[in-house]
Amino acid sequence: MSTATPPTPLLEVKDLVVEFPTRRGTLRALDHVGFTIAPGEILGVVGESGAGKSLTGAAIIGLLEPPGRIAGGEIRLRGERIDGLPADALRRIRGKRIGAIFQDPLTSLNPLFTVGHQLVETIRTHLPVSDAEARERAIGLLARTGIPAPEARFGQYPHQFSGGMRQRVVIALALAAEPELIVADEPTTALDVSIQAQIIALLKRLARERGTAVMLVTHDMGVIAETCDRVAVLYAGRVAEIGPVAEVIHRPAHPYTRGLMGSIPAMDEDRDELLQIDGTMPRLNAMPTGCAFHPRCPAASERCTRERPELMAAGATQAACWWVNARVAP
Amino acid sequence: MSTLARWRDSDVWHSFRRSPTAIVAAVIAAVCLFCSLFAPWVAPHNPFDLATLNLMDSRLPPAWMEGGNPTYLLGTDDQGRDILSALFYGARISLLVGLASVLLSLVVGVALGLLAGFVGGAVDAFIMRVCDVMLSFPSILVALLIDGVGRAIFPNAHDTLAFGVLIFAIALTGWVQYARTVRGSTLVERQKEYVQAARVIGVAPLAIMARHVLPNVMGPVLVLATIQVAAAILTEATLSFLGVGVPPTSPSLGTLIRIGNDTLFSGDWWITIFPGVMLVLIALSVNLLGDWLRDALNPKLQ
Amino acid sequence: MSGMPLVQVQDLAKRFDVSAPWLNRVIERLPRQVVHAVDGVSFEIERGSTLALVGESGCGKSTVARLLVGLYEPSAGAIHFDGQPLAGLQGSARRMLQRRLQMIFQDPYASLNPRWTVADIVAEPLREHALVAGRDAQHARVAELLQQVGLAAADAAKYPHQFSGGQRQRISIARALATQPEFLVCDEPTSALDVSVQAQVLNIMKRLQRERGLTYLFISHNLAVVRHVADRVGVMYLGRLVEVAPKRELFAAPRHPYTRMLLDAIPDVHMSGRARTPVQGEVPNPLNPPSGCSFHPRCPHANARCQAERPALHTLGSVQVACHAVQEGRLEAATRPVTLTAT
Repeated sequence: MSTATPPTPLLEVKDLVVEFPTRRGTLRALDHVGFTIAPGEILGVVGESGAGKSLTGAAIIGLLEPPGRIAGGEIRLRGERIDGLPADALRRIRGKRIGAIFQDPLTSLNPLFTVGHQLVETIRTHLPVSDAEARERAIGLLARTGIPAPEARFGQYPHQFSGGMRQRVVIALALAAEPELIVADEPTTALDVSIQAQIIALLKRLARERGTAVMLVTHDMGVIAETCDRVAVLYAGRVAEIGPVAEVIHRPAHPYTRGLMGSIPAMDEDRDELLQIDGTMPRLNAMPTGCAFHPRCPAASERCTRERPELMAAGATQAACWWVNARVAP
Repeated sequence: MSTLARWRDSDVWHSFRRSPTAIVAAVIAAVCLFCSLFAPWVAPHNPFDLATLNLMDSRLPPAWMEGGNPTYLLGTDDQGRDILSALFYGARISLLVGLASVLLSLVVGVALGLLAGFVGGAVDAFIMRVCDVMLSFPSILVALLIDGVGRAIFPNAHDTLAFGVLIFAIALTGWVQYARTVRGSTLVERQKEYVQAARVIGVAPLAIMARHVLPNVMGPVLVLATIQVAAAILTEATLSFLGVGVPPTSPSLGTLIRIGNDTLFSGDWWITIFPGVMLVLIALSVNLLGDWLRDALNPKLQ
Repeated sequence: MSGMPLVQVQDLAKRFDVSAPWLNRVIERLPRQVVHAVDGVSFEIERGSTLALVGESGCGKSTVARLLVGLYEPSAGAIHFDGQPLAGLQGSARRMLQRRLQMIFQDPYASLNPRWTVADIVAEPLREHALVAGRDAQHARVAELLQQVGLAAADAAKYPHQFSGGQRQRISIARALATQPEFLVCDEPTSALDVSVQAQVLNIMKRLQRERGLTYLFISHNLAVVRHVADRVGVMYLGRLVEVAPKRELFAAPRHPYTRMLLDAIPDVHMSGRARTPVQGEVPNPLNPPSGCSFHPRCPHANARCQAERPALHTLGSVQVACHAVQEGRLEAATRPVTLTAT
């Protein structure tokens, strides 16, 4: 591997299994997912609908909707396990050490309270500061997230902000308690392209300034390319490939990642047909044996139908594919 | 998949099988329905055939009590009518009136709700104001009013007309719920793209309402109808108890309760109590079924 | 591609009255509020080609789409289809027209009636216009349509919820093709789909266009997708067209400041490392648009004239731009010298 792993990763997810018991049997939505995030690093988790990327974020924050539950594996924050904690302890960690940004800024903010009130409340819940100091910090946060006239905006309600501004407030809220990790689930999907660019730049700048690690969950490879240091590609609840972002995008090893990159229309070349991956992601109740991608894979062999591949070194990335070993440069 | 197979596999059926309340309620409702539908064959006597009545057998207590007669399992009333048979025949009338009035109010309410939601504008405003006005009247009073007016207009009405007026009166109290529910759902469905696609294809608005929107708004209507059947039966019972419901020649459960009411305090409790219990059973089981159906159809509770 | 353009739109406008209810207006003394969702848009589409309309939220591109298929009535302006004006068409003439133009919608989950079988959904246009008589013939035609979009004939008996988003969008396409239309309005048909599924649907659409000579109006906010499918691209901002150009021109040498800003804002997946200027500001509230050129608050090249006077679409070669700075030559020129001609 080309990236050196720091001694204690900030977040370590190992063999995470998330299941949903239904009347037709238990569905395994995440099947031994694992990755690490170093302090100050931005990791992208990308995948298509149904791949399980939002679930991964929810599991880490501890907001899995029942009947979904963590059925195996570990989630460690700076070495301590956080997956089996009781609700109370988890709540304290959430907000203080892990901040969350969700997709829809409209529903992430309470419409009945001013933005300032929500910020101060969050700050005071997690930090031992006075009301006046919390207010100062809140105004500072609003300024740092690029909201003009923060003193005036402090007393306004969410509906008085535009979509992009609201998302900035949500980012300010997430940063309020000075967390070590931020989990952002599709933070720019609901925004216009020009605003998207601004929010992405903001996230990057803030992460660098404070050394906050970010786990960015999205389906948009473009956003990943702009923002992340490393990226994990999820397919059918498993990690298909993980590695530095430039490598995964320009030299993908896993056939799924290749198909994905090939099907994205490019801005600087004309093609008659886009590369398409025939078929669709398998449903949770119809998971293929062996490698989950083999029914759609142009390189599938007999072994792929039997044995599920683990993540293996493949050039500069790691890919869960039996063929990568043949491609490793000597 | 055939429709039956799809239904058997559905979440609704599955939820039913796992809900003891729903199963018990359904069984009770089914038994009541069966007995009342087939009353002439199931009941041991015909209590309304004057020729078979024997005044000597009047005011007999239930069979297990002292003085009771096994032929009249639940006793007789002051005219010698077998209570058990009267229950079946009475339930028949009650259910008939209840179901018919719900059907009428459903048809009227759904139609008006669809119209209001789909056409919008002044039509919508007008229909909703009518609903508001209707809701400000207590349902019993409305029924009494209609009934009274009906009797005044048709003083010598024979039974069918009296039934018609009664059903109409009860229906009038119930249609507003359907109209409002359906209007809300229609407003939502109207914005959806399959409706716009139908407009682009060139389908006429009436056809869009009937073929596209209607099947998608019926879900909550079914739940409402189930619960309203119980309410309608109770309304009818109240009216009959007050003496302004069904004609005396075809007594419903409410009429029976009234008849027994006169003799209640002289100790002949069975004439009132058994029809009352039957009424409660029917209303309760239908209500429980409605509750279960609402929860089963609510995707958020899954 | 000679002859009259299939679709001609002149000064199309659509206003929506979003005033508060009458009682509120009287009591609170609120003014009437009108949104100019589409504010004087003109363009043409040649037969067999694809015009893409791009822009961000509130720019009016979806409204234009709906105006073209008759879901909205225009407040002003004219639409001509194959030389015939759309306004005032009634009865059988209107029905004839409805067969020739159809629409594909954005949301694959809401564009199919969940209670109808796929067969009924796809056959609806056939039945409505009495194109095919008899159930067997209808079944056969439905099967044929489904196969053309890459689905199986057996799928006709299923319900929409049994299909994925991409498959549902194909069913929508099959339905739209049932009457053998010449013109398809596609309102963000792939925006709700995953990237790999989007590729499948876009490939199908391009193939169908080649095979049948279809004309498309393709609405999208995704410039990369637009680059893949369009022949000409129109950029909209707050209800107005700011630039219309052939695809290559638009992407190689964007003229209007907003187009440049949009192109710069797109995250670059392939990380080609091109230089970009950061984006400024946000789309203003459509209820209260800026005076003159609606882009001037965010434009680095705005001057007093831009604040006062709305720019008209000027033609520069094959490109049309609505910008004072470009017209006056203040903006750095494109690589080739251009001559100004008034439209």
